Amino acid sequence: MKQYETVIGLEVHVELATKTKIFCSCSTQFGGAPNTHTCPVCTGMPGSLPVLNKQVVEYAMAVGLATNCTINQFCKFDRKNYFYPDNPQNYQISQLYLPICVDGGVEIETAAGKKTVRIHEIHMEEDAGKLIHDEWDDCSLVDFNRSGVPLIEIVSEPDMRSADEVIAYLEKLRMIIQYLGASDCKLQEGSMRADINISVREVGAEKFGTRTEMKNLNSFRAIARAIEGETERQIDLIESGQPVIQETRRWDDNKEYSYAMRSKEDAQDYRYFPDPDLVPVVISDEWLNEVKRRQPELRDEKLARYKEEFGLPAYDADILTGTKKLADIFEATTAICGKPKKVSNWLMVETMRLLKENNMEPDEIRFAPENLAKLIELVETGTINGNVAKKVFEEVFANDIDPEKYVEEKGLKMSNDTDEIKEIILKVMADNPQSVADYHAGKTKAMGFLVGQTMRAAKGKANPGIVNQLLTELLNQ
Amino acid sequence: MKDLMKLTAVELGKKIQAKEVTVAEAVEAAFEQIEKKEKDLNCYVTVCDKEAVLARAAEVQKQIDAGELTGPLAGVPVAIKDNMCTKGLLTTCSSKILGNFVPTYTAEAVLNLEKAGAVIIGKANMDEFAMGSTTETSAYGVTKNPWNPEHVPGGSSGGSCAAVAAEECSYALGSDTGGSIRQPSSFCGVTGIKPTYGTVSRYGLIAYGSSLDQIGPVAKDVTDCATILETIASYDPKDSTSVKRDSYDFTSALMADASGLKIGIPKDYFGEGLDEEVKTSILNAVKVLEEKGATVEFFDFKLVEYAIPAYYVIASAEASSNLSRFDGVKYGYRTEDYDGLHNMYKKTRSEGFGPEVKRRIMLGSFVLSSGYYDAYYLKALRTKALIKKAFDEAFEKYDIIVAPAAPTTAPKLGESLSDPIKMYLSDIYTIAVNLAGLPGISVPCGMDSKGLPIGMQLIGDCFKENDIIRAAYTYEQCSKNA
Repeated sequence: MKQYETVIGLEVHVELATKTKIFCSCSTQFGGAPNTHTCPVCTGMPGSLPVLNKQVVEYAMAVGLATNCTINQFCKFDRKNYFYPDNPQNYQISQLYLPICVDGGVEIETAAGKKTVRIHEIHMEEDAGKLIHDEWDDCSLVDFNRSGVPLIEIVSEPDMRSADEVIAYLEKLRMIIQYLGASDCKLQEGSMRADINISVREVGAEKFGTRTEMKNLNSFRAIARAIEGETERQIDLIESGQPVIQETRRWDDNKEYSYAMRSKEDAQDYRYFPDPDLVPVVISDEWLNEVKRRQPELRDEKLARYKEEFGLPAYDADILTGTKKLADIFEATTAICGKPKKVSNWLMVETMRLLKENNMEPDEIRFAPENLAKLIELVETGTINGNVAKKVFEEVFANDIDPEKYVEEKGLKMSNDTDEIKEIILKVMADNPQSVADYHAGKTKAMGFLVGQTMRAAKGKANPGIVNQLLTELLNQ
Repeated sequence: MKDLMKLTAVELGKKIQAKEVTVAEAVEAAFEQIEKKEKDLNCYVTVCDKEAVLARAAEVQKQIDAGELTGPLAGVPVAIKDNMCTKGLLTTCSSKILGNFVPTYTAEAVLNLEKAGAVIIGKANMDEFAMGSTTETSAYGVTKNPWNPEHVPGGSSGGSCAAVAAEECSYALGSDTGGSIRQPSSFCGVTGIKPTYGTVSRYGLIAYGSSLDQIGPVAKDVTDCATILETIASYDPKDSTSVKRDSYDFTSALMADASGLKIGIPKDYFGEGLDEEVKTSILNAVKVLEEKGATVEFFDFKLVEYAIPAYYVIASAEASSNLSRFDGVKYGYRTEDYDGLHNMYKKTRSEGFGPEVKRRIMLGSFVLSSGYYDAYYLKALRTKALIKKAFDEAFEKYDIIVAPAAPTTAPKLGESLSDPIKMYLSDIYTIAVNLAGLPGISVPCGMDSKGLPIGMQLIGDCFKENDIIRAAYTYEQCSKNA
């Protein structure tokens, strides 16, 4: 039995988070009524002309810098000519000859250790509109709201060898781009899309096999399954002596099967040429330096700093930096209260629990760092006990309440009044003679029950330290 | 009232400002002339609804009376070439494929005119998508030369130039991609300027060759042209190729004095292929400039022969892409019966475009195809750069280059289309100017023995419109007084 390896390269499209489109001032907002975010430019009206959105260039530069690319300080836009009704000009403005970023790479973690996936180029381009097929009226309709939404396409070298590596690479890109604020990178919503080039070859072979391109992959799971499916299909072909045909295939994740869309022979000639309506993009040293200066701290640097500066365990640092939102809340809260480990605990335990229970993503967290910091202070100063704090936090999480006011209003302050607590304990002991007897018979478990009963009778506000101390004293009298 | 149409735009504008003439009277005069001439000449694709124009005239009159519109063109009737978008007004590019196209917005240059109080009378006929040199490729009939209706008016802005010559408007806007203002101006005995690339916004001009297209004025004299150019030129952030110029003052160059101007005459432009009568007229006109203080020198201008192939490669390549949006999906003509998307595209475009447009789309698609791109398109771009360099060198020595606007006077109808290559070759004196992005003006400089007008072309360095305006004005004043 021969041993094969899969060789994978990716083309990743990312929708940039600009407010307006790449070549006009229409809104990029998702979900408007059809053809409401449109103008003569993004609907390809005769005589209209494109004007480049500066923010698109800055996001592309930021992603390029964060993925160790060289920035082409002189780059151009080209027209890619093809007819399709979702493309109002029948050409897409993209970059072929001089893309904005070239020769980069990112490091990924694999089972066998660290590995670099090289990036061939990143280019800027415009998205197409959306076709809606009306089966009832047997006609097709076009919505140009998405037409002209800015995209970057990140083209990797064929450096990945497994689905796990592909997913590690995609997660790495997503993390970087989210940290930069350049896109939300949601696969399901199409703001991040991956086309996958796959070939197989015998282990040790130098030459690449014939590759196919897989499209329509909108989840990590679909990507993993498509890679496995296509690898298997190609190996079967080779084993049975048939050639692999260079073609584009479409993955159907429901059927777990791909089918051929078009072969290389039918490949269109896009007749690329420089767009005469746009002038070359010249990036001055000043502009480049300004974008460099504004680059936020990315995850790898944050991870190292959290361990170093805040003395957090690697595990904590890893989870906190896992999304920019959590990291931002962590840093903002720590800056207020100065207790990194406490902040980390609240985020890693209670916040994570509530996110999971409510089926939410960290990006959906609404509470202000100030309120978490106040809550931590309330616990630290002994104003409320831990159990009450958890209840209060649920309110902070759900409604972003001010914990100080809340504790005040609800009278949740911890009671340190020994006489009052003593009275409650004596009553609990009187009500539970069996437990008192069990304790004296050496069943220490009974102690826990009596503490619980006392806390309940004190409506949770009693200082647990004092309860423990007094209960032990009274039981042993 | 007919006499009103004999006035230049600036003269008419003055009378309107002086309340000697109302805007409505000017409009009536234009319509009267259209009534008289249009059926024979066919200068317009669309003549505007008279009631609507009179309503616009009343509005402009009100602003003039209120002292809000004091510019020289307020209330003066204008024709707009039919490749400039006009909101709510049919804009066809003289093509069947845009036969029903009513734009939702107005081209920036036209907006600039409207802000100055211009009253649009109609949309002028042209070669389909500005592809042609005779206005015979229009889907809406040929335009005839007002000097002799058996001859063409030139093209592609033939409708604009003929309308000015026939006094069916006071002035017009044309567009020039390879000579489309200067050549028909010369054939129709009117004056036209192709400004420096980037001077007039292309926003709303339906593109033919985007890197070459430029809107410009067509009028009775140099004063009108300078005045119109001053009105339509602007820096437009909606056009990425628009240039923010230091000055938009062109009328201060209207001085009848050529002293100090250094004129260069390319020997290659006055050799074989140039009609003797045209040659003599132009060289005589140059003598007039010499008498008014200009120095004149012949020089060798290289690369002339490469301008035409480079132009047809670049313009066609851009056109093949620019015209792909006309597909029957969103606006314009769609074929009646079709079977599926690709059949719809194919039939719509086969039926919607005329033969010259198809020829250039095919040529352009070919030169951009993989495997041919380097050999044709890139080579043409390199040639373009060399031509620009040759001009740069010439402009180190001269302020103005004098050339014919066309090798002959207006040919007879039907003569040119039978031999497209010959038609392409007739663009030889105008095309290089577009490749280099330079300004050029065509001024009438006499008539040939058949009674057809001859035009002299003056070419200036980039952003030096004022040099050629001054020289053209000087010649015009001398020839008027002669």
